Amino acid sequence: MSSGRTPCTVAVSGLNNIDSPGPGMPVIRALRESSNLEVRIVGLSYDSLEPGLYMHDLVDKSYQIPLPSAGTEALLERLKYIQSIEQIDVLIPNFDAELHNFIRIAPLLRDSLRIKTFLPDLADFDARHKAVLFEYGQQHGVLVPKSHTVFTLMEFHRALEANTYPVVVKGKYYDAQIAYSADEAVSAFYKISAKWGLPVLLQEHVRGTEVNVTVLGDGTGSCIGAVPMRKLYITDKGKAWAGVSIEDEALMQLSRTLIESARWKGPCELEFMRSEEGEYYLMEMNPRFPAWVYLACGCGQNHPEALVQMAMGYHPEPMTRYRVGHMFIRYSQDLIVPMEEFEKISTLGEL
Amino acid sequence: MPLKTYERPYLRKLNAGLGNKFGTRNSQVPVTEIDGVPVAKLMEEYGSPCFVLSEQTIRQTYRNAVRAFSTRYPKVQMAWSYKTNYLNAVCRIFHDEGSWAEVVSIFEYRKALANGVPGTQILFNGPDKSEDDLRTAVQHGSLIHIDHLDEVYLLSEILASEGLKARVALRINMDTGVYPLWDRFGFNYENGSAWTAVTKVMAQPRMELVGLHCHIGTYMLSAQAYAVASHKLCDLADEIRKQYQRRIEYLDLGGGFASGNTLKGSYLQGSDVIPTMDDYAEAITSTILQHPFAMSGEIPTLYLESGRALIDDAGYLLGSVLALKRLGDGRRATIMDFGVNLLFTSFWYEHRISPAQEYSSHHEDMVLYGPLCMNIDVVRENVSLPLLKRGDRVVVHRVGAYNMTQWMQFIQMRPNVVLIDRQGQVHLIRRRETVDTLNEMELTPLHLELGQGKPA
Amino acid sequence: MPEVLSALFAMNPMKISQNIAISENGFLFNPATGDSFSTNACGKEIIRLLQEGQSQAQILEALQREFEVDQASLEKDLADFLYMLGNYRLLDANAQ
Ligand SMILES: Cc1ncc(COP(=O)(O)O)c(C=O)c1O
Repeated sequence: MSSGRTPCTVAVSGLNNIDSPGPGMPVIRALRESSNLEVRIVGLSYDSLEPGLYMHDLVDKSYQIPLPSAGTEALLERLKYIQSIEQIDVLIPNFDAELHNFIRIAPLLRDSLRIKTFLPDLADFDARHKAVLFEYGQQHGVLVPKSHTVFTLMEFHRALEANTYPVVVKGKYYDAQIAYSADEAVSAFYKISAKWGLPVLLQEHVRGTEVNVTVLGDGTGSCIGAVPMRKLYITDKGKAWAGVSIEDEALMQLSRTLIESARWKGPCELEFMRSEEGEYYLMEMNPRFPAWVYLACGCGQNHPEALVQMAMGYHPEPMTRYRVGHMFIRYSQDLIVPMEEFEKISTLGEL
Repeated sequence: MPLKTYERPYLRKLNAGLGNKFGTRNSQVPVTEIDGVPVAKLMEEYGSPCFVLSEQTIRQTYRNAVRAFSTRYPKVQMAWSYKTNYLNAVCRIFHDEGSWAEVVSIFEYRKALANGVPGTQILFNGPDKSEDDLRTAVQHGSLIHIDHLDEVYLLSEILASEGLKARVALRINMDTGVYPLWDRFGFNYENGSAWTAVTKVMAQPRMELVGLHCHIGTYMLSAQAYAVASHKLCDLADEIRKQYQRRIEYLDLGGGFASGNTLKGSYLQGSDVIPTMDDYAEAITSTILQHPFAMSGEIPTLYLESGRALIDDAGYLLGSVLALKRLGDGRRATIMDFGVNLLFTSFWYEHRISPAQEYSSHHEDMVLYGPLCMNIDVVRENVSLPLLKRGDRVVVHRVGAYNMTQWMQFIQMRPNVVLIDRQGQVHLIRRRETVDTLNEMELTPLHLELGQGKPA
Repeated sequence: MPEVLSALFAMNPMKISQNIAISENGFLFNPATGDSFSTNACGKEIIRLLQEGQSQAQILEALQREFEVDQASLEKDLADFLYMLGNYRLLDANAQ
C-alpha cells in the first residue's frame, strides 16, 4: 500500500443513521479517517431501509443479517455465508439488542470464521445491567442512585416508603418518569408496567446536569481513550442534537478508575449525572460506542480505530489528550436511491 | 416437456421495519430424521400426530448433568422428577442411569415402586399426602419431604401407631431475588416459619430430620438464584448443627433448570439466554463447599430433582397440516392436527417448529392453530414457515417435559408415543387411545342401557 | 359487495394494474402506490397472465399445463392469491 496503512476488512452494524441514529455510520466515518488502517467496510443491516446501506462512499458492501430474536444459530449460519465471500478481520456490533448474541458467539467467530471482535464477556456485560448497576458501582467505587427492582404493587409501596421524593420510576428496558408524590409514583408504576412489563425500577432521583463519556477499555485494566461530552440540546426523542467536548478532570478520573477497576473490555458510554453538590452519579453504562463517538475522533481520539487495532492484536498507546470545546451538530439529508437498490437488498439480502 | 414442480403462488408485502427474511433460514431447514429414523416413516407407522422420544438424547443430557455436578462435588444424587414425564420407559432410562425418584402423589409413588425403585430411594414431595399415602411411604422407608405443619402432626400420629421411625426433610421456600417467589410450598425462610418447623420436627422422637429441601421455581434464568438458595439452606443446616448438634445429611436443591425452549415474550432465543448445566452446578456447589456448614464436618449429599432440563430436548411431536385459511384480516392461518390438547407447553413457550420436507426459500408468517373447536387452541401466534400445504409434515422440538403428563383428552384422543433406542430401533411405549379407552371407564345406569325401552 | 370479494368472484377477466413491474427476482413494485412485494415463480406467472388479460379459467388451464398440480389445489391457491392481490390493492378497481 502506498499509504503505508494496514489493510483490513471491518464489518459494522447499526447503519440506521436516522433521526435517532445508531452508532454504525459514525464508527465507519472514524475508521475511514484512520491514519493506520486502510479499511474495507462490510455493512450488516437488519432492515432494508437502514440509510447506511445506500451510502456507497462509506460502506463497500452490505448484507442483511437475521434479527437477534432469530437466535445465534441463524446468525452464525448467515455470517458463515458472508465470510465465504468476504474476508472480515474484525466485527463491531453496535446495537444494544444484538450484543448479547455477538458476545455469546465471539469465541466461535474467532475460531471457526477467523473474525475477531473486541467485546466484554457475558459476566461483565450482565454485571453493569440497569437492575444491578448499584452493586456494580459499589464494587468499583462509583456512586449510583439506589434503586429497587419491584415486581408487585405491594413491593412498590414498600420501596416507596424507603425513599424521599421525588423518585424516578423506570421501565425494564426504556422509559423513566419523575414522581413527586406517592400518587404520581403509583400512576407511573401502572403506566410503565403496562407498557414494558415487570419488573419496574424505583430509583432515587438525582438532580443535576447530565454528562456523558465515551470510553474504550483494553480488558486488562487500561483505559485506552475517553472523551467527555455535554449535550447542548436534545431532540423531542431525547437524543442529542448537539453536544460539546468538555474539560472535567474529576469526571475523567472517575471514568478511568471505573474502566480500570472493572477491567472493561471494548467500548462503552458512561452516562453520569453531576449533582448540585458536585458529585457524579453513574446513571447507565452502555456497552457499545455511542452514536456521538465521531466527536471523539474529531477531538483527536479515534476510538474505533484503536478498537480495531486491539482486536487485531496490537497495543495502541492510551490516548489522554483531546480537544476541548469542539461540538458535534447533527444534521440529516435525503439520499436519492433508485428502487433497484432497495429491490436488491430486499430480495437478495446483499447490496 | 416435463411439468415444473409446483409451489403455490405467494405474495408478501415488503414492509419496512420488520426485519428481513435472511433471518429465518433455520426455520426453513427441514428435519427429515430423528436419530437416523425418517420422520415420514415414523408417521406412516405410528400415525399423525405422534410423540417421539430419543433414548440417546435422554442419556446424553443426563450424563452431562451428572458430569457438571459430580466433577465439582463429591456426593451427588439425582432423583427423577416423575411429574415431568412419567412414562415408564422414560423413568426406567433415568433409573438405569442411576437416578432415584422424586414423586408428588401416591400414584407417582406407586409407579416408581413398580419401576423397581426401592422405597428408600424415593423422595416424597408435595402438599397432597393422605394418611394412607404417608403410611405407605413410612412402611417403605422413603424420604418424606414435609410441606406444612399439619403434615408434621399427621405423620407423627402415623409413626406412633405403626411403631416406626421416619427419615424426613423440610421443604423450605425463600427469597432468591427471583420473581415469582414460590412461597406457597413448604416453610418460609425469611419470616421464621422454617425455624419453627425445625423445632417442631426436632421435638418428634420418631422423626429424624436428615435433609433440607427447596425448589425455588421452574425455568430459572438465573444461576445466581441457586447460589442464594444454597446459601440459605446451608445457613439453616448450620443453625441446626449449632442448636441441636444434629448434622443435616443432605441438601436437596430441587429442579427448575431451564431447557432451551423460548419463553413467550422473550426477545432472544431461549437457547441463547439460559444458563448451562455447568453454570447451575458452579453456583450451587461452590456456595455449599465454601459455607462454614460444609467445612464443619462431613459435607452434605447434594440431591437434585431436575425435570425439564433433562427431558425436554429428547421429545419431539410429529404432526401434519390439516388445512390452510385466511383470517378476516388477511393473515395466513394453518391448522395442524395437534394443539394445546397435546402441547400444553405452548401456553408459555414459542416452540420451534420445523418442516419435515424440502421447500423453496419462500416463507410466510402465519398463525398456527390446533384442531380443537376452542378459540384458545393456538400453537404459535406468529411463526414464519415455508409454503405448507395440506398433509405436509412438521416436527415440533423440545416437547419432552410436562406435555406427556399434562396433555388432555379433549375432543381428540391421545396419540402414540414411541421411543427410539440407541440402535435406532423404534419402540411403541404408549399406545394411542381409542374410544374404548374412554368407554371402558364409563358405567351406564340400567335405565339408560340401549334396548331397555324408553325410560319411565 | 366489497371490492375484494367482487374481484374474487368475478367471472370476467380481472384487471391488474398494467404499470406493475416484476423483476427476475420476483420483486414487484406498484408505482401507483409505492408499495413493493416479493412473489415466487407461480405468482409471477399468474400476474403475467393477468396482465395479458386472461380470465381465471384460462389462467387455471395455463398453470395446469405448466405445473405438476391437481386442479382442486390449484383452484384454491389461485383464489387465495387473487384475494391477496385484491387485499393489497393491486387489482384495478375499475375493472368491473
Ligand atoms: C418439588 C419439585 N421438584 C422438582 C420439580 C421439577 O422441576 P423442573 O422440571 O423445573 O426441573 C418440580 C416441578 O414442579 C417440583 O415441584
